[in-house]
Amino acid sequence: MNIVVLVKQVPDTSAERTLSGADHTLDRESVDLVLDEIDERAAEEALTLKEAVGAEVTVVSMGPDAALDAIRKVLAMGADRGIHICDDRLRGADVVTTARVLAAAVRTVGDLGLVLAGNATTDGQASAVPAMVADLLGLPQLTHARELNVDAGRVRAERETEQGETTLDAPLPALVSVTEKINEPRYPSFKGIMAAKKKPVETVGLDDLFPDADGTGILTTRTRVVEAVPRPARAAGTRVTDDGTAGRQLVEYLIAQKLV
Amino acid sequence: MPEVLVLVDHDGERVHKTTYELLTAARRLGAPAAVVVGTPGTAARLEASLARHGARSVYAAESAEADEFLTTPAVDALERAAGETSPAAVLVSATTDGKEVAGRLAARLDTGLLIDAVDLDSSGVVTQVVFGGSYTVRSQVTHGMPVITLRPGSFEAEECPVRAEEKKLALRPVAAACCARVTARRGALAGDRPELTEAAVVVSGGRGVGGAEGFQVVEELADALGGAVGASRAAVDAGYYPHQYQVGQTGKSVSPQLYIALGISGAIQHLAGMQTSKTIVAVNKDPDAPILDLADYGVVGDLFAVAPELTRAVAARRAAG
Repeated sequence: MNIVVLVKQVPDTSAERTLSGADHTLDRESVDLVLDEIDERAAEEALTLKEAVGAEVTVVSMGPDAALDAIRKVLAMGADRGIHICDDRLRGADVVTTARVLAAAVRTVGDLGLVLAGNATTDGQASAVPAMVADLLGLPQLTHARELNVDAGRVRAERETEQGETTLDAPLPALVSVTEKINEPRYPSFKGIMAAKKKPVETVGLDDLFPDADGTGILTTRTRVVEAVPRPARAAGTRVTDDGTAGRQLVEYLIAQKLV
Repeated sequence: MPEVLVLVDHDGERVHKTTYELLTAARRLGAPAAVVVGTPGTAARLEASLARHGARSVYAAESAEADEFLTTPAVDALERAAGETSPAAVLVSATTDGKEVAGRLAARLDTGLLIDAVDLDSSGVVTQVVFGGSYTVRSQVTHGMPVITLRPGSFEAEECPVRAEEKKLALRPVAAACCARVTARRGALAGDRPELTEAAVVVSGGRGVGGAEGFQVVEELADALGGAVGASRAAVDAGYYPHQYQVGQTGKSVSPQLYIALGISGAIQHLAGMQTSKTIVAVNKDPDAPILDLADYGVVGDLFAVAPELTRAVAARRAAG
């Protein structure tokens, strides 16, 4: 069985992020890029399954050259091989294209058992791509899983969202996205980091993934940003130091603002 | 006038408020048409309240197994309805399920998807707030029929009574190999409190709360204000409060009328998830806490003194009517 882990390199959330003036895409020059934390948990779950039931783990990422770092990190954790989707035409790709491209890359992996992903990236936060990839591949989606069991050709997941908890069951192959509750990801060992340098990473572009596409090119976005403006920073308002009456002063403020 | 399809959020008996917000937004683009996905008889139960909020058509996508599978019946129903009516747009609430339904529909139809809109004009240009409130972006669909998810709470639901026409929409049987079956359900975890992302008031605690038992002070204030409880990442990482209540870049983004931060210093991570709140109140012992620099009302003081005092004052005000 093969397990595919979908990962994304995102701007470090502890730093400020900006949009470039020219085309309203993320300004990648000014930020530190890191493997999205939630994807480490998806990778951890894949590696746990690999150890428990035996599987080959392929890590897939779409992004510019730097995305290779994210792939290497998962290889260092213990994944077996990587697919790096890298094509200048994918700059500014929308979520529909992203899902299509990821689905096409997953299709190249034979004997597919499971596709794993994080439930939401920290940058776009669309939280829809895993479900879209599942739909395009005709796989059941078990998204927002905080617990996962694979046994006898079936997968069961405990799904947890703001709407409550559900238990999901589906046959393999299937797609699972995980929440932060699923596990604690391992750290790559020094040995793992050294081994990762020798593991195979295949770089593919749109022409490799869509060999039958006609010459008109691939539509990479179906939306257009009309305008992007930085929001003014909030300014501090009233400030008081508590002298024992701050609670009562605060309620007067809230009443004046019609908030109570 | 073209129809605008609205996916109805419901619990089988009642329509959720988010749907009324969608119906209100839909009127800017065309004639609202509600799509009800559920077991047989559901649409008939919901029709009157949908019509009261402007739904001119109610598509009943009903089958005995509609509740048994995750998301797929809703995607199938919208795909079917879109095929039959050529709508001007499809609107879905930007809830966890709604985002997945909208994404899958857009992928199937190869059409433009606009995510988490907070406003919408009659030409179909939506407003989004990205990167935790640091940018306002206006965008539109350039290819195919727009599929738009609207952030709950962004629109004021308005009544607009009309006569609704019910139309049947045949759902195809779900292919079990392509769809996860729901084998058990447990209700929302929040108990009686409103859902974090939909609440008008959010009271959040940070590391300054000092421990899991300290969150009682946060909960009591939230309950006095009828609000939801949130937590900073530091508080969640320290094990004070469960992760699903985390507000911030790696948690939930909230935009309530009133956000009260107790013992939260205000790391960028946290600010990214709450700085679009209409009014921000912060209580922190540290006068240099960054959150005080953007609070509309900042109190330098001990949250264990200020918050209970505020709770009592709010309760007294409520009791006085």
